[in-house]
Amino acid sequence: MGLDFSVVPGFADALLLGVLWTIAITVAAAVLSFFGGILLAVIALYAPLLVRLPFRFFAWLFMGTPLLLQLFLIYFGLVELGIDLPAFVAGVIGLGLHFAVYNSELIQTAIVAVDRGQMEAARTLGLSRGQALVRVVIPQAVRDVIPPIGNNMIALLKDSALVSVIGVSELTLSAQLAIGRTYRPFEFYAVAAVLYYFINLGMEAVLRRIERRTQLSR
Amino acid sequence: MTETRPFVEIRHAKKSYGSLEVLKDINLTVDRGEIVAIIGPSGSGKSTLLRAINDLDPLTGGEVILDGTQVNKALPHRQYEKHINQMRQQIGMVFQHFNLFPHLTVRDNVVMAPKLLKGISEDAAQKLAEEQLAHVGMLERIDYYPSQLSGGQKQRVAIARALAMKPKLMLFDEATSALDPELVEEVNQVMKTLAQEHMTMIIVTHEMEFAADVCDRVIFMDGGVVVEEGPPTVVFQNPTQPRTRDFLRKHLSQYEKEK
Ligand SMILES: Nc1ncnc2c1ncn2[C@@H]1O[C@H](COP(=O)(O)OP(=O)(O)OP(=O)(O)O)[C@@H](O)[C@H]1O
Ligand SMILES: [Mg+2]
Repeated sequence: MGLDFSVVPGFADALLLGVLWTIAITVAAAVLSFFGGILLAVIALYAPLLVRLPFRFFAWLFMGTPLLLQLFLIYFGLVELGIDLPAFVAGVIGLGLHFAVYNSELIQTAIVAVDRGQMEAARTLGLSRGQALVRVVIPQAVRDVIPPIGNNMIALLKDSALVSVIGVSELTLSAQLAIGRTYRPFEFYAVAAVLYYFINLGMEAVLRRIERRTQLSR
Repeated sequence: MTETRPFVEIRHAKKSYGSLEVLKDINLTVDRGEIVAIIGPSGSGKSTLLRAINDLDPLTGGEVILDGTQVNKALPHRQYEKHINQMRQQIGMVFQHFNLFPHLTVRDNVVMAPKLLKGISEDAAQKLAEEQLAHVGMLERIDYYPSQLSGGQKQRVAIARALAMKPKLMLFDEATSALDPELVEEVNQVMKTLAQEHMTMIIVTHEMEFAADVCDRVIFMDGGVVVEEGPPTVVFQNPTQPRTRDFLRKHLSQYEKEK
């Protein structure tokens, strides 16, 4: 039995929808992981111990356990506590928080590395510590870690395939459904891989644009 | 009981880092509109004293009073933060290394604080930026980022940024020390303009000629104390203290050699 890609066009709509869901979940989770990462970094650096400790535990949990397990926990586990999230929302939260923790590690290091003179200049003008962080220190820290955060976002895109297991009909699940109907795993997985690759290229292009835009502000 | 107090008053200022006494009971007053230079060898405590005035480096003893209000008031933390932010809005500071905000344009460097702290409108901010940048001769670079400016230009923008808060007092900590020699003059020129406008200024400097030229009074510090103070003509030409003479001999001869 040879390969036969002629079955693929019949599932073009389903695959395209899968691509759109993959993009949607990736973008939503990326936004959550970005702002969540900043928030977690600020908490880790500046919150009182009693706030910091539970968040440390949370970070450890998200870094030290499989993402797949986290998705199960959020989607299936929380139901027992009466929190019944739609699969898409559970997927965004799981992916978003997982990568927020990784982004927060990067941002923490970058915040500490911002020249002390920046905080001093801001405080000298009369800004409070919080204002100085928000207006002066954090924007520079974030700017400094755009490339590694970008790498995390590419990893996020690839890991978004995991949300297929909780039933979000993104690209991987769409391919699996098509395979279930045609028994053509190679063709559909290969097509899915190519589609992921193109989404990846698109993301990299966006990231490069953002990097270029921040070039002058160094 | 009425008394006319000096504009800036530093009383019994003390500062220690552990067992190292950096400021040993400094007393200093500055009148409104007066321009004071602080000179002295490296490590004598000039920066520490300057940075104590706006509480960037808090004193371990003594008080700083600006226009009748104590800057380093003993207050509960929250109240103190409010108070000090208020006071700092009235005290401009210019750093050796400029400390411009690299992620903001020249315009936003100048108006970020006034917009945030005084709530001025977009229009007023634009006007303020133009006015302050014109003042330091940097108007045509309003849309640039700091990374696109020379050191002298950066420092002029930093001065405009400080002035945009309309401070009562300006502090300069070796504003020209990090500049290439050919860029020093443009910054000195801006400071001279401020002097003509009777801005009250305290200037830490290594440039004796500039101090002699611009300042009303020179303060020579060494080892955390004020060794000698007086009008530049007196301090530079007829210093009474041996330590001052020593210091000037080194620095003036260095200046002569450069010429
Ligand atoms: N954060 C600090 N911790 C410990 N010692 C400090 C600290 N800051 C300053 N010092 C010490 O305080 C003394 C005075 O320092 P300061 O920076 O005020 O000197 P300065 O007169 O400004 O010297 P320079 O001309 O080199 O700028 C120095 O001996 C310095 O080592
Ligand atoms: Mg100094």
